[in-house]
Amino acid sequence: MAENSENEEMLEQLVEGEYKYGFTDDFELDTLPKGLSENTVKFISKKKEEPDFMFEWRLKAYKHWLTLQEPDWANIKHPPINYQDIIYYSAPKNAKKLNSLDELDPEIKKTYDKLGIPLVEQNFLAGVAVDAVMDSVSVATTYKEKLNDLGIIFCSISEAIQFHPELIKKYLGSVVPPQDNYFAALNSAVFSDGSFVYIPKGVRCPMELSTYFRINAANTGQFERTLIIADEGAYVSYLEGCTAPMRDENQLHAAIVELIALDNAEIKYSTVQNWYPGDKEGKGGIYNFVTKRGICYKNAKISWTQVETGSAITWKYPSCILRGDNSIGEFYSVAMTNNYQQADTGTKMIHLGKDTKSRIVSKGISAGFSQNSYRGLVKVSKNAENARNYSQCDSLLMGDKCGAHTFPYFDVNNNSATIEHEATTSKISEEIMFYCNQRGISQEDAVALIVNGYAKEVLNKLPMEFAVEAQKLLAISLEGSVG
Amino acid sequence: MLTIKNLKANVEGKEILKGINLEVKAGEVHAIMGPNGSGKSTLASVLAGKSGYEVTGGEVIFEGKNLLDFSPEDRAREGIFLAFQYPVEIPGVSTTNFMKTSINEIRKYKGLEPLSSVEFLKMMKAKAKFVDLDMSMTSRAVNVGFSGGEKKRNEIFQLAMLEPKLSILDETDSGLDIDALRIVSDGVNKIKNSDNAFIVITHYQRLLNYIVPDYVHVLSDGQIVTSGGKELAYKLEEMGYDWVNSINNDKL
Repeated sequence: MAENSENEEMLEQLVEGEYKYGFTDDFELDTLPKGLSENTVKFISKKKEEPDFMFEWRLKAYKHWLTLQEPDWANIKHPPINYQDIIYYSAPKNAKKLNSLDELDPEIKKTYDKLGIPLVEQNFLAGVAVDAVMDSVSVATTYKEKLNDLGIIFCSISEAIQFHPELIKKYLGSVVPPQDNYFAALNSAVFSDGSFVYIPKGVRCPMELSTYFRINAANTGQFERTLIIADEGAYVSYLEGCTAPMRDENQLHAAIVELIALDNAEIKYSTVQNWYPGDKEGKGGIYNFVTKRGICYKNAKISWTQVETGSAITWKYPSCILRGDNSIGEFYSVAMTNNYQQADTGTKMIHLGKDTKSRIVSKGISAGFSQNSYRGLVKVSKNAENARNYSQCDSLLMGDKCGAHTFPYFDVNNNSATIEHEATTSKISEEIMFYCNQRGISQEDAVALIVNGYAKEVLNKLPMEFAVEAQKLLAISLEGSVG
Repeated sequence: MLTIKNLKANVEGKEILKGINLEVKAGEVHAIMGPNGSGKSTLASVLAGKSGYEVTGGEVIFEGKNLLDFSPEDRAREGIFLAFQYPVEIPGVSTTNFMKTSINEIRKYKGLEPLSSVEFLKMMKAKAKFVDLDMSMTSRAVNVGFSGGEKKRNEIFQLAMLEPKLSILDETDSGLDIDALRIVSDGVNKIKNSDNAFIVITHYQRLLNYIVPDYVHVLSDGQIVTSGGKELAYKLEEMGYDWVNSINNDKL
């Protein structure tokens, strides 16, 4: 406790110091000491040079968070999180810049190659100094020019707060308000990075947007906040994450993603997540507690596609609020758990408008001693005429020490609704393995074949290059799980 | 090509193969007939390397190598093919994908470059003709929703694709009608040549009208009790398996 008050003092000085001397760029303190208080929130907001309205918004969220209790209803076990034992801000990593990929740890290079990650991206991931890589500079520049010409805004959330406050004021927190849940309140108070996308009316974004191209990405991932707005008639496909294994000293990742698809707009949001899952004994690993939600207006469509193989614990329900008539929500997911990983993931489809449609395809793969749960809610409100839902949740068990669980909820308040639900549980039988072996196919390749066949329907929804990497990622994640 | 010497094997602690002796040379077709429980499928499984079968004695030499030392996938890569009696379904994996993986792994084992997509497709089209297989079937998941006849045809299609040295057909004729039987047999006959060999396991003589054997062996209670030319199959059909048991008893 003494340490905490020392930290508090330091913070006070820092923050006061800021007020006294105004903003400077040469901040010696790049990393905050551990702990969370009003001053932490103040520091982050000042560091990001945010307008007052933003700081007030954060403060309100923080005060609300203090009144809440961490939820414990998920099918997840973890030791209590000490919220005072977390560093809530650290500057963009000024890690040693490499001059070329040759300087990269060969083990890491081997993984990147195995996953089939294009060289240009490998350079970025490895932290090769941008000016040392002609390709990535020119690629990124052409990219930015194209987007500018179309009036598309694609920048960090911090830049958006500074340069597009009117959009932020209008939309931030409109889909996931800080009061939504415990982690939303926390994120709203301390988020420090994320993406902002705005697609103007009628514009179809010509390329997949991904954080890779935001060369200035801080890549902390700890409390990311992403906001994507597709104005009327617009279209955008956004890729989050990457197949490369990502480590982070910060264990808790509580991100928020808000999607807004106005009338006749469409947003495709794809995620491939391979955060450090902990070691084979289940020690360490990232806690990925995420709130993702999209709202669809008239004739709009949002589809979530996710391939989750990493993190010690994955807890997320990318959801759609089908507010507008004729709107469509889709959720495609492959969630794989191995060793001692845990996942409690699924979706919520809320049918509010008339003639709305939702489609859920969830493929769980459990191996080792892991626990994999699907939790889904299909809610049809009283006035949602003619709602249609199709849900399919499949579980594949690799071995007899892992678990697969399904918690589907249907809350239907209008009897013109059509709801379909299918669920299967299966395992890779010895017969299938022997059949593959007898055709000259090794154990591991057989598993890869079978798992990819199983996950195909979801992988097909990913943009192509991502799909190829995701396929390889599934195979690699299962290495050693058959025996 | 294949020499089996005094092969003995247990399944779940019970001795099923009690000393099998068999010699198969390149270019030959050997039929193995016998009543239920005589050990026909066990023999096929032991040769293919299926787990759950314990070899308690004897040896199997394939192309000069000790076959029992090899894993099932390596036996396949060495050139052994088993046409399953009950081919399993593999959901989500197309026959095309399955065959491509299989062929390329076998080629890799032999030190060959993988087939390009174009070469592979050409090969598929050519071999599909052997068993009158419609190319659209190859994009369906392996055996999923296939009728019995289609499954057996798919086995022979795979056989044609992999070009094995020794093929073991485990009751390929079971569950087939006359037309399917003819198509499957035609396929085998087209593939048969002086470099490869076939072991055809069957209950009934009928298949052997279409796939004519050079040798017929009668299996009873885990041992080959008598061998002969193709006429032996007719005699067996005529006399029934009781006759076989009597030969066996005579021997004891």
